[in-house]
Amino acid sequence: MTMFLRCVSAEFAKIFTTRLWWILAIVLFCYIGLLAGGLAALFAGIQTGVISPDAVNTGGGSTDLGSLPALIYSFASSVGYVFPVLLGALATTGEFRHQTLTPTFLATPRRGLVLGAKTVTLILVGAGFGVVALAASVGLGGGVLSAFGVDALLIDSETWLLVARTLLAMGLWAAIGVGLGVLVPNQVASIVIVLAFTQFVEPLLRLAASFLEVTATIGNFLPGAASDALVGSSFLNLANPSASMPLDWWQGGLVLLGYALVATVIGYAVSWKKDVT
Amino acid sequence: MSAGAVIEFHNISKHFGGVTAVNELSFTVEPGRVTGFLGPNGAGKTTSLRILLGLVAASSGTATFGGVRYRDLPHPLETVGAALEAASFHPGRTARGHLGVYAIAAGLPRTRVMEVLTQVGLAAHAAQRVGGYSLGMRQRLGLAYALLGDPGVLVLDEPINGLDPEGIRWIRGFLRDMAAEGRTVLVSSHLLSEVAQSVDDVVIIARGELVHLGPLSSLDTDAAPQTIVDSPDRENLAATLTAAGISFSIGRTGLLAATGDPARLGHLAFEAGIELSVLHRQKAGLEDSFLALVGGGHSL
Repeated sequence: MTMFLRCVSAEFAKIFTTRLWWILAIVLFCYIGLLAGGLAALFAGIQTGVISPDAVNTGGGSTDLGSLPALIYSFASSVGYVFPVLLGALATTGEFRHQTLTPTFLATPRRGLVLGAKTVTLILVGAGFGVVALAASVGLGGGVLSAFGVDALLIDSETWLLVARTLLAMGLWAAIGVGLGVLVPNQVASIVIVLAFTQFVEPLLRLAASFLEVTATIGNFLPGAASDALVGSSFLNLANPSASMPLDWWQGGLVLLGYALVATVIGYAVSWKKDVT
Repeated sequence: MSAGAVIEFHNISKHFGGVTAVNELSFTVEPGRVTGFLGPNGAGKTTSLRILLGLVAASSGTATFGGVRYRDLPHPLETVGAALEAASFHPGRTARGHLGVYAIAAGLPRTRVMEVLTQVGLAAHAAQRVGGYSLGMRQRLGLAYALLGDPGVLVLDEPINGLDPEGIRWIRGFLRDMAAEGRTVLVSSHLLSEVAQSVDDVVIIARGELVHLGPLSSLDTDAAPQTIVDSPDRENLAATLTAAGISFSIGRTGLLAATGDPARLGHLAFEAGIELSVLHRQKAGLEDSFLALVGGGHSL
């Protein structure tokens, strides 16, 4: 157990002795801050009539957006989840790329222990990214809502449950990043997969899946959909209101955990326990 | 410092696909001595060392430290220190950050980081990112990593590669000191001349197989002695050698006669009335013995 804790501690040191973590954190904060702040201003403006509905092309749809604060706050995970995935994937593929597996395995020859420690560490750092993302979505987005006179629901227990579930989701996404990293140790390939899948492939799949009842059920098990189910709110669910009943929040969490575990276990077999040359 | 343990390779073989990189390799390395692990590039040195350290799985056989496999060592970094050829650093990490990570993983006191950086002469560059290091500095940092746990066994793969002359002199003294303290020191090199001044024993492999094992002096044979002889009248000298039945080849500084007896050549020349400008015996060096053992050094 002490050995495992030392490994976790060493994995933390690995992350915080390079610049990647704070660069990603700053970009995450700015990105989510702009998005949450900007859209909070737009929607709150429409809701309070500061912005005339006629000035906005709503496509004839309803301007009733459900809980506006929850929608704004959920940007932390529904948009920001790519950052912990990237961190997890880069932390793992970097070991292969810079050949630091050699000193790592010399210091701790039990490789499964090292991978477990890396996963635990990234879950915690991923949750830390969740704090950063929430600071942007709740802090800036909530601030803008209040400025427009919309109740930011900051003393609402639902809001704080959403915050807690967002932290969990961000941690699990970082673990998925670790799994992807051992599954595809080539760093460039790993980054391309993360960006292509999260920004392009999955949104399209979710949209396509929503057209039929059967595929919509399957679509609920896509990682992004599971994440949104876990957090409980997402603009992507608003985009296709016809989607079948999403998973319960805990089901969504288990699906995410499943993706992380499956990728990590397969990755362990295909790359992590292989010869280090 | 932990006590130096005996390193033992026992029938180690490694096949990559259909290629045999290491074949039935067996030898032991004793504490208190510097052992050179020699062979041309591609002979299987690095693969053997990585098997010893548990980084590469052997196809068959076992490699141990005092009878224990690396992965079963309770305190690996405090038992064995290894510096392998590949530069295994994240370029964005400082030297201190790099060593700090592994000190934490091995449960070593953080003060060891600056101690070993001082020991290898990198203390002034401790806060510098490793990406800006020269090859020689990276070699020293690799060595610092090996020393982190103050181990009784050192396994160093080509530690002299990339060092400047001052660094080479330093590491030679360093290796001697380590062995004098009772540590087991195994150093690989593809050049005997690089390590000939520091090693007590040599283990020579070629094409993945053991070809020679023993003290360095065991290489100091004189199997094919030669004498260099020359004259302003080289044609006449050549004819005289031929007449006396001594074979020779024409070298850069004269005729290379296949005999270890310069006096006989001098007498032959004297009798034939030939003036000699060069006459000295050339001893086959360690390097020649080494090259003969590894197959003429065709892959060097």
